[in-house]
Amino acid sequence: MIDLGPHAAFIWASYAIYAAVLVGVIGWLVWDGARLKLRLAELEARGVSRRSRAAKEI
Amino acid sequence: MSQIDTTPQQTLTQKLANPTRFMQLSGTLMPWFAGAAAALILYALYLAFFVAPEDYQQGQTVKIMFIHVPAAWLGMLGYALIAVSSFGYLVFRHPLADVSAKAAAPIGAAFTFLALATGSLWGKPMWGTYWVWDARLTSMLILLFLYFGLMALRSAIEDEALAGKLCAVLGLVGVSILPIIKFSVDWWNTLHQPASVIRMDGPTIHPDLLWPLLISALGFSLLFFALHMKGIRNEILRRRVKSLTMAEVDRARGVSASAAAE
Amino acid sequence: MSAFWTLLKRDLLLQVREGGAVGTALGFYLIVVTMMPLGLGPDLNLLSRIAPGVLWIALLLSALLSLPRIFEADDEDGSLDVIATGDLPLELATAAKALAHWISTGIPLALLAPVLGLLLNLDLGAYPVLVATMLVGTPAISFLGAAGAALTLRARRSGLLLALLVLPLYIPTLIFGIAAISAATGGPSGFQASFLILAAISLFSLVIGPLAAAAAIRFQTQ
Repeated sequence: MIDLGPHAAFIWASYAIYAAVLVGVIGWLVWDGARLKLRLAELEARGVSRRSRAAKEI
Repeated sequence: MSQIDTTPQQTLTQKLANPTRFMQLSGTLMPWFAGAAAALILYALYLAFFVAPEDYQQGQTVKIMFIHVPAAWLGMLGYALIAVSSFGYLVFRHPLADVSAKAAAPIGAAFTFLALATGSLWGKPMWGTYWVWDARLTSMLILLFLYFGLMALRSAIEDEALAGKLCAVLGLVGVSILPIIKFSVDWWNTLHQPASVIRMDGPTIHPDLLWPLLISALGFSLLFFALHMKGIRNEILRRRVKSLTMAEVDRARGVSASAAAE
Repeated sequence: MSAFWTLLKRDLLLQVREGGAVGTALGFYLIVVTMMPLGLGPDLNLLSRIAPGVLWIALLLSALLSLPRIFEADDEDGSLDVIATGDLPLELATAAKALAHWISTGIPLALLAPVLGLLLNLDLGAYPVLVATMLVGTPAISFLGAAGAALTLRARRSGLLLALLVLPLYIPTLIFGIAAISAATGGPSGFQASFLILAAISLFSLVIGPLAAAAAIRFQTQ
């Protein structure tokens, strides 16, 4: 790494906070998606059908 | 919207209106966007730290510009995206428009926050304080409030469909007032001329600094779109889960699902 | 069109009969302005410098408190559904209600401001400009505020939410109101420009406020 001058701390802090927030957003989206897929698989495994199929059964 | 579409030619937005279709399309597109974004961002970082020279006025702190400017740009792009989505939802009743607006809000707000944070950290070595009321930063702060308003309104209304419509109205009100707000903040700033005349991106951007900036902007824009797609996919899944859960509850209650779902 | 005037008169009468509501807004205005010197110190020079800003901001906050009233009462007793489905276009109905708010709350606040200016040692030359800018700027507050009130009508935490939604929209009015006052009291020139822009913003809000409010109410009363 080249010398970042007297204000290196600010440069590091900027990049660090940028990375932290982006990792946070990516992480949240990925975790949310995984959680939803799991829940969806659970529901489908229990044989919960969509409205239209349920209507046809009745 | 008919389930089976017999029209021979569909426009892109019509094709995307079907959630299942969107899931398929985005499922193939998203990894490409994410991959390209990662590659460009890494390249931009390499350029920023190993190639770009220091600015004659700002020294090495100009490297903050490479992430500050894209963040500001993406914060604004996010709101523009919400505005277009809101318009599409209210005027054309496009089914995924509301989902698009809902997904874009937190991502746009995150980038706006980053623009403010990096702007503040850039400002300290430049102007000696963590915050200056210059026109750009002030406009960014107000934009963040507009994002907060959208997200707060959506979470404050229980009926999802109603929340979507009201947020669309708010989005359009916001976007029509946004140029006026920008104009008034610029006006206000010229009345109270700050002591330093160094603008955040320098008097002119040297070409050696411009190239990393453009790569960075492109990379983060691709990331934005990848995240937006992911957010839409999540929301589609969430709504599916909700409708299945409600179908299950209705069946458990012995009520016919079709009647209760209306 | 007579329905418009009828609705306007009815709303105004309700405000007057209710009495306390407008008084509360005025009282709030007085209290907030009183707290300023208590918080910032009684230095008259300082106070006279910040007086226009303080008076404008306190006015915005006071108006904010009175906004929910525009639609709440009618929503509670079902009149809003009647108005929404009546002959008068909903956009005109919301405009009438916003106008009633301006007449019953905006104008009194604007007229109280110079009195409060005495507490803040407001520059004498600023008095006429202060009232002028407030009279011209408060329509924006009522009309944009009506849109905010309509959007948050049935939301949770509606009071705080309303403030969050509507205060950013008031920023242009605030900036040009203050700019006009500064220009008129010896600051940088450009009084006419600021004042005209202030008026333009209010006119713009006369259109967009009722449109947004009507859309919001339509969605909630369907």
